Amino acid sequence: MKVVVQEALFDPWEEVRNYQQQNLPRGKHGGSVIFVGTMRDFNEGVDGISRMYLDHYPGMTEKHIERVCEDAMNEWDIMDAYVVHRVGEINPDEPIVLVAVWSRHRAMAFDACRFIINDLKHRAPFWKREQRPEGEHWVEGNTADERAARIAS
Amino acid sequence: MKVSVKYFANMRDRMGRADETVELDEGATVASLWAKVSDEPMPENTLIAVNMEYTNTEEALKDGDEVAFFPPVTGG
Repeated sequence: MKVVVQEALFDPWEEVRNYQQQNLPRGKHGGSVIFVGTMRDFNEGVDGISRMYLDHYPGMTEKHIERVCEDAMNEWDIMDAYVVHRVGEINPDEPIVLVAVWSRHRAMAFDACRFIINDLKHRAPFWKREQRPEGEHWVEGNTADERAARIAS
Repeated sequence: MKVSVKYFANMRDRMGRADETVELDEGATVASLWAKVSDEPMPENTLIAVNMEYTNTEEALKDGDEVAFFPPVTGG
């Protein structure tokens, strides 16, 4: 299990390939579920968002995501989890977050990956400030996971 | 006792500072710390962490604690 919070741009597919080669025993996992969150140039009905600054709480952010990954590994029978999340300046079309989960069977990997990204979006201390045409704007809420909300209700 | 206080995102803008050290009486809670750093009531959706763990305004503080106030999170 590994959690990385970094400013540098990363290639999520290269990260997944390298992490898997270095950390997963060959021939043992049957499924991997990969979530990649990407920066849009629109949000909350506003077009033309030119860039974004992602603030975080150094120390708590990493600690929180590590705990969520540990919770996921205890809850589901998954083999490994790898999370990369960027902070600082981010441009449209760049990846913001990668959540990769490996398991023997697909169901566990789907459930654990969804759990990690949903907790991350609602509990991990990150804050987005968008550069909108009219000026800078702190985003005040994440888009809801409508399917999860529907299942929960 | 002394605690260190951190503010993030629009809470930092609102307070006009990123961090500070605050002297408190023994038995102070997060609520009494807030009353000392701000004349205004705490915004309703404020999240609080003490030593990097989520908590609420009732938590009693001790010397050397790190307290953070911030708005709802928007990562991912």
